[in-house]
Amino acid sequence: MKFFFKTIFILFILFTFSNQKIEAGENNKELLKVDWSFKGLFGKFDRASLQRGYQVYTEVCASCHSMKLLSYRNLAEKGGPEFSEDQAKAIASNFELRDGPNSDGEMFTRSAKLSDKFVKPYQNIEEAKALNGGAYPPDMSVLVKARSGGADYIYSVLVGYDDPPSDVTIDDGVYYNTYMIGNKIMMPNPLSEGLVEYTDGTKATEEQMAKDVTTFLAWAAEPHLEARHRIGFKAILYLIILTILAYFSMKKIWSRIESKV
Amino acid sequence: MSDPKKPKRRDFLFTASYTIGAVGVGAAVWPLIDQMNPDASVKALASTEVDISSVEPGKSITVLWRGKPVFIKRRTEEEIAEARAVKLDELKHPEKDEDRAKNPEWLVMLGICTHLGCVPLGDKGDYNGWFCPCHGSHYDTSGRIRKGPAPVNMEIPKYEFVNSNTIKIG
Amino acid sequence: MSDHNYVPSTKLGKWFNDRLPLLSLSEHLREYPTPKNLNYWWTFGGILTFCLIAQIVTGIVLAMHYVAQADLAFESVEHIMRDVNYGWLIRYIHANGSSMFFLAVYIHIFRSLYYGSHKSPREVIWILGMMIYFLMMMTAFMGYVLPWGQMSFWAATVITNLFSAVPLIGESITNWLWGGFAVDSPTLTRFYALHFLFPFLILGLVILHIWALHIPGNNNPVGIDVKKPSKDTVPFHPYIVIKDLFALLVFLTLFAFFVFYSPNLLGHPDNYIEANPLVTPTHIVPEWYLLPFYAILRSIPDKLLGVVAMFASIFVLVILPWLDTSKIRSAVFRPLYKQFYWILVLDVLVLGYMGALPPEGIYLLIARIATAYYFIHFLVILPVLGFKEKTIPLPLSISEPVLNESHEVVNNNKMSTE
Repeated sequence: MKFFFKTIFILFILFTFSNQKIEAGENNKELLKVDWSFKGLFGKFDRASLQRGYQVYTEVCASCHSMKLLSYRNLAEKGGPEFSEDQAKAIASNFELRDGPNSDGEMFTRSAKLSDKFVKPYQNIEEAKALNGGAYPPDMSVLVKARSGGADYIYSVLVGYDDPPSDVTIDDGVYYNTYMIGNKIMMPNPLSEGLVEYTDGTKATEEQMAKDVTTFLAWAAEPHLEARHRIGFKAILYLIILTILAYFSMKKIWSRIESKV
Repeated sequence: MSDPKKPKRRDFLFTASYTIGAVGVGAAVWPLIDQMNPDASVKALASTEVDISSVEPGKSITVLWRGKPVFIKRRTEEEIAEARAVKLDELKHPEKDEDRAKNPEWLVMLGICTHLGCVPLGDKGDYNGWFCPCHGSHYDTSGRIRKGPAPVNMEIPKYEFVNSNTIKIG
Repeated sequence: MSDHNYVPSTKLGKWFNDRLPLLSLSEHLREYPTPKNLNYWWTFGGILTFCLIAQIVTGIVLAMHYVAQADLAFESVEHIMRDVNYGWLIRYIHANGSSMFFLAVYIHIFRSLYYGSHKSPREVIWILGMMIYFLMMMTAFMGYVLPWGQMSFWAATVITNLFSAVPLIGESITNWLWGGFAVDSPTLTRFYALHFLFPFLILGLVILHIWALHIPGNNNPVGIDVKKPSKDTVPFHPYIVIKDLFALLVFLTLFAFFVFYSPNLLGHPDNYIEANPLVTPTHIVPEWYLLPFYAILRSIPDKLLGVVAMFASIFVLVILPWLDTSKIRSAVFRPLYKQFYWILVLDVLVLGYMGALPPEGIYLLIARIATAYYFIHFLVILPVLGFKEKTIPLPLSISEPVLNESHEVVNNNKMSTE
């Protein structure tokens, strides 16, 4: 058994190193830690928060940020915000997109269906840049996985707007953010108290909206997280049981030739 | 070895290990098989809506649904009469035209020959319906097999009229 | 050995076996006499075989959904993650599987270094192993390019640019590798083709590796030759099979933890940003298992020499059986070598750590010292040690009482029977 302690010890050291590397290299200030419901062995998304988060996304973020990897059907899928199918259909029908060609060879606009991808705010990256002072608002489909610090980082940036310290000069069209890498961000503070009116009556504080929309983005980046946790727990439990059985089988078999087991 | 009870416990241990191991291998293999089934994005395209307002009587359009051609035929009075006049015992696969076309003016069916999957040609064949060029199956104006190797009539998919100008297939 | 005169019990079996001796082969694998004092470090051969097969199976499955085209690659990977049934599971197994594969291969290699398994008469096994290792690195590198994220793209750019260091024809080589004037869609497609091919080359080499192993038989923690079969050996089945299975299950539990609870821990967040030829990420780092070589590459200030040093660091491993001049295999009986061995382990860990840090100031200095030590270990210390070292007397056999009491041997024997 000494062997396993050794191995685990070495692994532990390796991974502490690898974590430190990321933390030391990239963050200027320790991120705000939120007690996300989707962390941990049995972590699940908070449905209501996901639904509110979608509301924040669509009313606030969606005018600049695309989510091109998501489809409207995802909103009704298990493990997500779990809107009813009719609600998701109604959401989709609010959006219009270009389709075609029809039988006359012409393109036409129609309202979106469940199978359609989220409608993008801009035709292409160039248009997005031109309309945002040269900065491209990144697609948010996998944003949580594309930033070190993940959900904590997104949340921290959303609530991290502040006046610049006296020794920092900030150009026009650039904003100071405590948690953004390099502290400079092209996006003006997107959230303010009461900006959206939550349908479920939750008070729309800045923190609440930041938390909800971050939850929504975390789900968007990892839509099968709940299934992963559910299957993972069973798989690991199974492996532990089988390992124990294999251990005793091994002892039995080796006892045929070794007196001392 | 001298203890007669020992081998029994060993057997139980091995049997349990084998059984549980086999269950695990089975569970691990399933995702590898299931991944080849239609995925979520394919399933989402299960229904399609078709605008039929521009189809003239006697004409038909072909639309793609789930990667297969669907014939939407606006039948003339004669074609309907011809389809309904046929006696059931003349048919290889007896089906009433009334059951195949709820709205007699419109015949909606999968444009796939039930023999080996070719796409039949319209307004052809001995029965004024469809004719499959691959192996010579003749279908009538209701898409029923009348002559040739195909075993059954062309399939009618699930569809409904959303309004008088739109059909939803699937 | 019993397998030479093995006769199948049934008539059909005999008929078949006379024409293709698969049954003899299977009998050989069952009876294969294995030293009974092998400890758990010897279970990694079996674990590696599992890793290779798991990577091939999940890889073939992923290939059914992946599109190797620059505009579609990133989205097709996300399509696997989102829409394909269990696609997320299969991709996470494949992605983390490469890390687990390398973890196991490093343990396997360092086990060999400790117990002298690379020495006569096992040099060919060792060289085949090094070829496998080299192909593994190529395969892993090309696989990392396929998701076409920022790290994929810039790793491909940086690594292929290594060849531009070749005098005179460097640029022609890189253009040939890229199929263009920069890493782009043609590069991605050919990497995909090779990423699919190489694992099967590895599989072939693995078969040769095992074949070559079965000629002299396993080395063992004591490092002395054992008579086969004898009271010092056990048949491979069931003794070694069950032990390998147990170790594999422990390994799989760790593997599962990564796949289900930290699937992206060993990856880099930047690889979830689609490749962009106009913007380089602030820190480019390879996957962890390539970091020591990356550190060696960067510690040399000259472009060509850096590349040469990196390849040389692998090449010294290939010729190791002739650099290590000691006739004694196991470090258990080589008190000095044992110390240098652990310094080397530390040195490689330091190199790996430095590979992840920016090459500046003190980090660069440490990386240079570690690089120098790496070569000194293989090119100076090992050859000299063989002549100078005073070794502990070897026991007569692995089950005979040890002549000169060594704590380590007793310990190893105990572990094998756990």
